[in-house]
Amino acid sequence: MAAEAPPPSTEQPKLPTPEEFTEVQESAEFGELRRSHRSFAFPLTIAFTAWYLLYVLLSNYAGGFMGTKLFGNINVAFVFGVLQFVTTFLIAWWYSRHAATKLDPKAEAIKTRMEGGA
Amino acid sequence: MSPAITHVTLAANEASEHRTLIITLFALFVLATLGITVWAGRQTKDAADFYAGGRQFSAFQNGLAVSGDYMSAASFLGIAGAIALFGYDGFLYSIGFLVAWLVALLLVAEPLRNSGRYTMGDVLAYRMRQRPVRTAAGTSTIVVSIFYLLAQMAGAGVLVSLLLGITSDAGKILIVALVGVLMIVYVSIGGMKGTTWVQMVKAVLLIGGTILITFLVLLKFNFNISDLLGSAAENSGKGDAFLEPGLQYGADGTTKLDFISLGIALVLGTAGLPHILIRFYTVPNAKAARKSVNWAIGIIGGFYLMTIALGFGAAALISQDEIIASNPSGNTAAPLLALHLGGVDSAWGAILLATISAVAFATILAVVAGLTLASSSSFAHDIYANVIRKGQATEKEEMRAARWATVAIGVVSIALGALARDLNVAGLVALAFAVAASANLPTILYSLFWKRFTTQGALWSIYGGLIVAVGLVLFSPVVSGDPKAMFPDVDFAWFPLKNPGIISIPFGFAMGWLGTVLSKEEPDAKKYAELEVRSLTGTGAH
Repeated sequence: MAAEAPPPSTEQPKLPTPEEFTEVQESAEFGELRRSHRSFAFPLTIAFTAWYLLYVLLSNYAGGFMGTKLFGNINVAFVFGVLQFVTTFLIAWWYSRHAATKLDPKAEAIKTRMEGGA
Repeated sequence: MSPAITHVTLAANEASEHRTLIITLFALFVLATLGITVWAGRQTKDAADFYAGGRQFSAFQNGLAVSGDYMSAASFLGIAGAIALFGYDGFLYSIGFLVAWLVALLLVAEPLRNSGRYTMGDVLAYRMRQRPVRTAAGTSTIVVSIFYLLAQMAGAGVLVSLLLGITSDAGKILIVALVGVLMIVYVSIGGMKGTTWVQMVKAVLLIGGTILITFLVLLKFNFNISDLLGSAAENSGKGDAFLEPGLQYGADGTTKLDFISLGIALVLGTAGLPHILIRFYTVPNAKAARKSVNWAIGIIGGFYLMTIALGFGAAALISQDEIIASNPSGNTAAPLLALHLGGVDSAWGAILLATISAVAFATILAVVAGLTLASSSSFAHDIYANVIRKGQATEKEEMRAARWATVAIGVVSIALGALARDLNVAGLVALAFAVAASANLPTILYSLFWKRFTTQGALWSIYGGLIVAVGLVLFSPVVSGDPKAMFPDVDFAWFPLKNPGIISIPFGFAMGWLGTVLSKEEPDAKKYAELEVRSLTGTGAH
């Protein structure tokens, strides 16, 4: 463990050089990794935010609909709320599976090569 | 004296008779955690131990600690109270607090673990000019944490007045001071290791206590949730409206806007909370950070589902008058529920009340320790070591600065804690979320994902978001011009919303963009290459 706490770039002598980082950043392999992450995480973030906002807006402006009883005292609003839990669990699971199969192997390969070749 | 008030006094008397039990439970928790702290302190040798717990916690341990760090007095006391008084509207907190974790999971946790070392500022300042950006990051870390601390202190004051029947200001301040002293001890001696273990213990206690209460509530209604909701609606005196959105926020256009504002702040705040973010440094790598978020989502999600039973259970079994008489914002609904489940005049009721209150107290202490650690780390690492000493401080000096910062922050929060007694603690925490989402989240996201982002953009975004969020709170009904405000006797509130998020969060994002496009300096392409490659691959992470 380094004894000082300088800016992160200078903390570890075995780090690859700036040129190597730039080279990797511009490589097709890294571009693929970046795309795999962004094309999954960005649209999904927009989707779950929109889904959540839909719930907030319906609560606000569609009280009648949200108050509709489905069975017993369970109304649409309640089911909507519980569904937010369900989708959160599902998205967390889905992202983790994507990361483990699509992101980790690519990231691992680049990391190993950079640290080994530095 | 109204019947309800007599009833509460009775409850307090009942509790007072079992004061020995309550104090014993409190003392047990405090002793156990102090033991952990001393043990952890012995193992804390270098800065990585103090700030990051040696980075050797497993994903499950950290997931538990993250849950313990996150489920604060706001979640336990605040949400139960908000649901007990306003029914469905209180449930928004549970949903927002949980969904917010997806932002942290998908966009922030792993890159942060890969590219930072000890603080949020490590990532924000990575490719920027160090001194100004670290100063900004340190400032916003401390401001967000103090807002959050305020809520926890309010919760502590409330608990004690319920339990020990202490209603005098001096008594409450004494307890707030005790919490403050404990947090100083936990953090300055135990560092991240001690804090993490305290948070794990607390998470287990809180989940255990909540499962117990949920079970007892459901037992009363034969595990029929529809019956529970029906009784809550009836007993609340508000009928079906209690189960529908709008009771708290549906009054007019302004309150509806407030609801949206709160909703946005909740969902975007988590990924900008420094005390949560630094927890990802305690695991060995980004994969473990991801797994710990998954554990946390499971644990926290389960807990928030149970807030339905806590909140609606309190509404079903306790009269609204009694809840309000005990605390105007409902903060004591959960402990009162425990008392009623056991039987108001029975020993069993008192034991349950004592247990749940001890759990709530443990909750507060663990969160307060996390917050204190986040702010003192940021002061020592970002401001002292990198700005004041320009990176020349030794590790020893840096840790000493962190310990002194702990004391200073403890004193400040004790002083502020006395101010916020009558506000709903969930509402107070939502303010911290709004500030975090306005000042921190834009800069984190731009830094990680936007090539052109510059130092000026970072500064405009952090300070812009921070000043507007805090400024709007200052002139909102939370601070003045409302009977429940911090200063109820004066009125300088011209901003009508209680949560500033709807304005301050877009403002923070806009300032980051504007500051960047207007800046004269070129972004540092080399540093961005380094940050991007490191954040996605973990190269050089340790």
